[in-house]
Amino acid sequence: MTDMQAAAGAAAAGVRQPLLETRRLSVDFGGLKALDDLDLEIYEGEIVSVIGPNGAGKTTLFNAITATVESSDGDIVFEGQSLLGLDPNRVTSSGIARTFQNVRLFANMSVLENVMVSQHCRTKQHAFGALLYTKAFRQEEAEIRQRAEEILGFFGTRLVGYRMDQPAFTLSYANRRRLEIARAMATQPKLILLDEPVAGMNPVESAELTGLIGRLRDEWGFAIVVIEHDMGVVREVSDRVVVLDHGVKIAEGDYADVANDPQVIEAYLGKGAGDP
Amino acid sequence: MNTTLPPTTGPQPEAPRAAPRPAFTHDWRRIARMGSVAAFGQVFIALSNMPVRLDERLIVKPVLSLGYLVLLILPFAAGYRQGHQIKRENMPVCAPGPNEVVGGFLCGLITGGGLSLLAVLVTHFDLREPLVNWSPVLLDLLSFSNEMWFAVVIWLAIGAGMGAAGGVLRLLGPKSHRVVVTMALAVAGAAVLESLVVDVAEGLGLEPLTDRLYAPRGGVAWPSALGLAAVSGLLAVLGRGRFRQARARHAQMEGAQRTRANLGLIIATAAVLIVLPLFAGKLTNELLANVGLFVLLALGLNVVVGLAGILDLGYVAFFAVGSYTAAVLTAATSPKIAPEMPWLVALIVVVIITGLVGLFIGAPVIRMRGDYLAIVTLGFGEIIRLLFLSDWLSGWFGGSQGITKIPGAGIFGITEVSGTDPRRVFYLVLAFCVVAIYISWRLERSRLGRAWMAVREDETVAEAMGINTVNVKLLAFVVGAVLGSFSGAIFAAKVGSVFPASFLILVSIVILVVVIFGGMGNIIGVIAGSAVLIGVLGGPKQPGLLAEFSEFKLLIYGALLIWMMLARPEGLIPSVRRTRELRQQEMAQDAWLRGQVDDDDAGGADGPRPAVQP
Repeated sequence: MTDMQAAAGAAAAGVRQPLLETRRLSVDFGGLKALDDLDLEIYEGEIVSVIGPNGAGKTTLFNAITATVESSDGDIVFEGQSLLGLDPNRVTSSGIARTFQNVRLFANMSVLENVMVSQHCRTKQHAFGALLYTKAFRQEEAEIRQRAEEILGFFGTRLVGYRMDQPAFTLSYANRRRLEIARAMATQPKLILLDEPVAGMNPVESAELTGLIGRLRDEWGFAIVVIEHDMGVVREVSDRVVVLDHGVKIAEGDYADVANDPQVIEAYLGKGAGDP
Repeated sequence: MNTTLPPTTGPQPEAPRAAPRPAFTHDWRRIARMGSVAAFGQVFIALSNMPVRLDERLIVKPVLSLGYLVLLILPFAAGYRQGHQIKRENMPVCAPGPNEVVGGFLCGLITGGGLSLLAVLVTHFDLREPLVNWSPVLLDLLSFSNEMWFAVVIWLAIGAGMGAAGGVLRLLGPKSHRVVVTMALAVAGAAVLESLVVDVAEGLGLEPLTDRLYAPRGGVAWPSALGLAAVSGLLAVLGRGRFRQARARHAQMEGAQRTRANLGLIIATAAVLIVLPLFAGKLTNELLANVGLFVLLALGLNVVVGLAGILDLGYVAFFAVGSYTAAVLTAATSPKIAPEMPWLVALIVVVIITGLVGLFIGAPVIRMRGDYLAIVTLGFGEIIRLLFLSDWLSGWFGGSQGITKIPGAGIFGITEVSGTDPRRVFYLVLAFCVVAIYISWRLERSRLGRAWMAVREDETVAEAMGINTVNVKLLAFVVGAVLGSFSGAIFAAKVGSVFPASFLILVSIVILVVVIFGGMGNIIGVIAGSAVLIGVLGGPKQPGLLAEFSEFKLLIYGALLIWMMLARPEGLIPSVRRTRELRQQEMAQDAWLRGQVDDDDAGGADGPRPAVQP
């Protein structure tokens, strides 16, 4: 099945413009090249995994795309428009949402508020609407709330009910990760960047979340880029796998190809490990 | 030890009681520590000359003056505090017994030792050089006009007595405790609120009552103090904690019922605030108007600090800009241009100009974070004042002479509000406070308010979630500026003159203390903070009910702030959210103890898991 999806993706590549494209993207940290001439394309409706050893530049790639770090060279093109020079909030409103590796929720806001506030860039009622308590304001508030509840409902019973009104810091670790995804969904993106979504979860939870990532694409139509260390998850979800090492793309393709690539094995296990 | 645990199903399980501790086993170091801290405090108070200055203010005539009260309260507090036991979940708390009294006695003895030592020192050495406040009057006051040895003995005795009394207070059961505290509060309240009560009573034609209550030259007369104590004690017995019950009931209400209860409270408060000034004299109305001006300022700062989390130490700048703009636009004597606009028209211009100044100051400042931002706002606050003071702009704003003869505020030609009639000022301030409350209340519950919250929580993430943090913070700054300018414009019309000296950095600090003390982020808390601090102690230049304190105001502000930060950082009436921020771990622990823990890793707590997709 994975092969078929990858083939479909490849076939689509010939026809369609990529949703997101990095062209010779480089990020310098004072001489250290965290990303080095990286070319990457993400197509609509695709799930791409980015893997690589620690320090390979995976999170830097996310940070560069969302403008949290400045790119030193190259270009990032989203839907035909360059993202370079935009503020992080503009990147988000153009349709790219992300989660963080070390869960960063608004800990003292309630679960519902976390999702409501993330719809900020899709709503437009200004202060005067709130002061005059206009009909449009009330309508939008109701919509924001309804959409937030709908998004939380996507995660089953875990984030709804009494838990919706509890501060986010009371959530368990796995639920915090779910809420981060819910928050990303609330920005109504076209592309979601998930930074190690199953890190720290037990096997049952990570299996469940793997299913959820698939449903995110199938039911909500997001393109998804996942950074993940858990190879089981990577095999399960990815249409395509990109391997980074020292900021350079060393392999790309479907899981089976990449897993057997001698360069990848070398990057992970050291020189000579691939030899019998 | 034989302890039985009470059933855990009760609404509020009382901590189980164990037998009292033996009379002479103490944590001696704790007693020594608390006693010495109190002794140090007492000596400090004595040397700050507070007792002499406050001696004129009588609490109970002729027994107790405020000067002695500040000295007596410390050993009492130390004695009471040392008997405090830390309550642990499901651990028995020892029933109070002689242990508490002995501990309090010792604690108070050490406290009294401080003043005794001081008395010996000043008799044998000439300490007037380093201790400038040391005066014969103070010595006289401390030794009760007697010899040195008398002072030594009497303060040891007083300390020990007050400390033991503090310990005895621990012995009382919850009911008697409540009665005693009510009685003390009633007498102290009557003394503190004296001028207010007399003033209002005069308006209501109740002078015979107050004449009996208060001694001719101030202070509660001792027979009526006893009477007052008896009446309040009786009321406390009859009340049986109904007030607390009502509050608990109110906290449990939900939905429409709660809205109705809140509405009732609001209407009652509004009625009192509207009717009270009619019967109050000039003095009380002046006080109310001053409090109102600071409520307005505090509400504005609360938007900036409490909601958006921007620590603004230069908030006085907007107060100053509001005042000066109103002055220039309305006063005929304004040096450069004098359009002599009606006050209400000027107010529109004031709002626009202050909003622009807010933008102007905010734009560079807002890109900074945390400490840097606080320092820069501090700088801008001073810059604005220095600009008004400068020779360069004295052609516009009159330099250190300021602008004088500012006319009162005309309201649609119906009335004119000026300082000569503080009642009208109060009503004007009240109206603007209502506007400010509405603005902060509505904004907090809007898209913008949520964005402020997110920015306060984590700015980087807020930006990654699509919030334009610069715009949102700038908007908070501007809203705060506009609310502050209301206060400034009213201030100009009320006082009738503006000088740079009215806008010292101290004003910023006082408003910030008011906001922190009252409860950051909570409208009611902020109002309560202004009422207590400004109303009782007084503002930077405005006298409060305890006008005698004016010299020591800043000392007390500082001490209160330190104590607040240690004991109750969320403020007098905290916002739920702020409490959460400060006590995250404790609350998570409480939730865990209540069994509301979100621990789905264990499974079963959430009902069926959604099927895992293959």
